[in-house]
Amino acid sequence: MNKPTVLEVRNLTRRFGGLVAVNNISFDVHEHEVVGLIGPNGSGKTTTMNLISGALPPSSGEIWLGDTCISRLPARRIARSGVARTFQLVRMLPSLSILENVKAGAVFGHQQLWGSELDHHARRLLERVGVMHDPDAPTSSLTYIDQKRVELARALASNPRVLLLDEWLAGLNPTELQQGIELIADLRDEGRTILLVEHVMDAIRSLCDRCVVMSSGSKISEGGTEDVLSDAAVIEAYLGKDDE
Amino acid sequence: MKQQELIRLVLVALVFGLLALLPLIPANDRLMALAVPIAMYAVLATSWSLFSGPTHYISLATAAFYGVGAYTLANGLEVFSYPLLLLMAALLGGGLAALVGMTTLRLSGVYFVIFTLGLAELIRQLVTWYQNNFTGSRGSYVFTDITEAQIYWQLLGLLALVFLLGWLINRSRLGFAIRIIGNDELVARHSGINTARTKVLLFILSGAFAAVVGAVMAPRFVYVEPSMAFSPQLSFMVVVMALLGGVHRLWGPLLGVVPFAIVWELIAANFPGQTVLFMGLAFLVVVYFIPQGVAGVLEQQLHKIRQRRGG
Amino acid sequence: MVILLTGLFLGGIYALIAMGLSLQYGVARIMNLASGEMLVAGAFAGFWVYTAFSVSPYVALFFVVPLAFAFNWLIYNWLLLPLVRRAKNRGQLEVDSILATFGMSFVLVGVMLMAFGGSYFSYSWLARPIELLGSNYSQNRVLAFAVAAVICGGLYLLINRTRLGLSIRAVAVDPRAAGLVAIDVKKVAALTFALGGAVAAAGGTLLSTFLTFDASIGVVFTIKALVIVIMGGVGDIRGAIVAALALGLAETLVATLLDPGLTLAAAYLLFILILLFRPQGLFGRSAL
Ligand SMILES: Nc1ncnc2c1ncn2[C@@H]1O[C@H](COP(=O)(O)OP(=O)(O)OP(=O)(O)O)[C@@H](O)[C@H]1O
Ligand SMILES: [Mg+2]
Repeated sequence: MNKPTVLEVRNLTRRFGGLVAVNNISFDVHEHEVVGLIGPNGSGKTTTMNLISGALPPSSGEIWLGDTCISRLPARRIARSGVARTFQLVRMLPSLSILENVKAGAVFGHQQLWGSELDHHARRLLERVGVMHDPDAPTSSLTYIDQKRVELARALASNPRVLLLDEWLAGLNPTELQQGIELIADLRDEGRTILLVEHVMDAIRSLCDRCVVMSSGSKISEGGTEDVLSDAAVIEAYLGKDDE
Repeated sequence: MKQQELIRLVLVALVFGLLALLPLIPANDRLMALAVPIAMYAVLATSWSLFSGPTHYISLATAAFYGVGAYTLANGLEVFSYPLLLLMAALLGGGLAALVGMTTLRLSGVYFVIFTLGLAELIRQLVTWYQNNFTGSRGSYVFTDITEAQIYWQLLGLLALVFLLGWLINRSRLGFAIRIIGNDELVARHSGINTARTKVLLFILSGAFAAVVGAVMAPRFVYVEPSMAFSPQLSFMVVVMALLGGVHRLWGPLLGVVPFAIVWELIAANFPGQTVLFMGLAFLVVVYFIPQGVAGVLEQQLHKIRQRRGG
Repeated sequence: MVILLTGLFLGGIYALIAMGLSLQYGVARIMNLASGEMLVAGAFAGFWVYTAFSVSPYVALFFVVPLAFAFNWLIYNWLLLPLVRRAKNRGQLEVDSILATFGMSFVLVGVMLMAFGGSYFSYSWLARPIELLGSNYSQNRVLAFAVAAVICGGLYLLINRTRLGLSIRAVAVDPRAAGLVAIDVKKVAALTFALGGAVAAAGGTLLSTFLTFDASIGVVFTIKALVIVIMGGVGDIRGAIVAALALGLAETLVATLLDPGLTLAAAYLLFILILLFRPQGLFGRSAL
């Protein structure tokens, strides 16, 4: 890989009381790359995402975005330096319209727009992620997948350097899943840098250039997607779990 | 769109103009005795909603700011000019709000309520103690030649200012930020919003307004003493009026202030012991029957009528 | 020494009141701002029993406790449960229950004002001195402390040693998980809320034996109880007891050395310090 490193995670550890949810994890994400963060339930994937996005401070270790160390910064500063995320359980802003939900991502973050420019930008993004709904309607009128799309549009709205997707494809039916995979593939072809947590094997195979595998908080494998998925340790970690 | 806004602006200006003529009605003592408190609560409830409406933080600190303002005027009257005192009241009220906000707004809502509930009481006890031990008097006289009508006009001016500011904020990034925070603080942080600063800023604004109102009202007391200036009842009145009217619209609190203040005066005049009961019932009505306030009910009805016409 | 013991006696009763509130907030998730009014109702009962029948005000406990229990049970089921049901998230329940219990508190004050009027009440019972460790204390205070200690102990045993207590603790930690292991969460929450109300009312009866009160004094005790609960850490009984004793002590100190008018100010300063330096409570472990 000769592409420059965008996100660099170094010896990241996070404890909750006695529980070590993330244990000394290190990995890199290069520019224009889609990296999968996978592992059985409770292995610390969401916690890793929370540490990168600043929802939680790490117990030790460092996270670098380009040449700034972001591991001690508050979430808002991390967002401004170019990390955007979606949440494992969709988080809409219920009293805001669909359009405003998208705008929320583009006013205070990595990219800061206002006025008619913001309006155009948000409408374009809604179209981009495939929400055909009336943009001024409340979010409660959206289907589940459309809510996920709006959340994705909000994350994209800041034009982030790294996009963190936490099980963005979970809970979709087979048709929606196909559409979802295509959408993320589009983003990859557009040159986005993405770190995604996923359980759906089809999605991992078709989207991820590389994978990092976690189990009980530790990294047990890393490498090209096919290699990693046939790795004995990885198969063992997944066996006994009924995820797949 | 632009034209509609212009029409609205002219209408609002017209209403304010008409209201300003009120004191010119002859033999208006009883009318003014009602109009001044209504104008006062209108300013307090509307500025309270600027912060508490979008964030859902129930602030009971109004009495604290109000009292600080009243005391600023009462104690400074011999030294400073009146307009300067109003400015000082705004600065002191805003400063107090900044302190309170910075210590409590990063914590959860319950802490904030409890903290603000006790704040006025804390200041009242401190002021009383100070006066008893160091000045030897229980309060201070406020002698000015400010008339009831002038107080009313000042309050009306403040109300116009609150509306103007509220309108500007609603169209600004600050207003957008506070709405996002009120919806989901975590999303707000991850969108790059400085949540603490945004909340404190709006809280300062509402604190400053309450303090100025206290200063404007002080001449009406003639004698300013702690139990009056820092009365916790004032805070509760503001909360219940604002919620009754509806805090999701700038004009919502007004719809609560006017009827509540009138009924309150009626009850206070006829059954002076029952005002507390009335306040309690009003709280329960808000929670159980009209959580969106009168404004919410009105909007719903309007929506229904429009739908019927459309379909 | 005198200050220490007086403060301790007062703190014992505060502990009782705070435990009532802590139970309600920790288990039923309702910050009950009408808790002080329950206390005042208990105080009126004590006053009434003593002045009308000239028997020991403690007799009132025999009907105050069951009545307050039933009354709070009804409040929970009729008024608060609908709020729990309609709340979309914890934040909304918090705001709703704050407003609703404020409303109830005002209604209760209004009713008591109607029934008893707005004047101050006190009666003199067991106001004889008793000598402890070389100084004199009034007997009613010492007795009130002893009874409060017994009730606190009883509550502690109930919560830590019985089956019901186990369910209560389970619901406090995680209502969803408690539901999964066949605990009737709603029933436990209602019972605990009722229990908390009964404890507060009992505390009021004890207080009435040595304190002057009026119909609208409840809010002062609500504030004190809240300060104690937060200082001690929500749901932490041991913390609440220590915080209550500390508050009793601090108030007595300020009242004797500075000015009796500053007791609430003292409580508040303690509260602010805790908020600034240990927002998770005295013994609470930080999330990190
Ligand atoms: N805020 C927290 N406090 C305490 N423990 C936590 C917290 N967040 C996560 N944990 C624990 O850390 C471990 C890892 O959780 P995490 O949510 O990161 O797993 P995950 O890999 O995202 O799982 P899933 O695939 O189910 O989403 C779990 O045991 C979880 O209970
Ligand atoms: Mg997860």
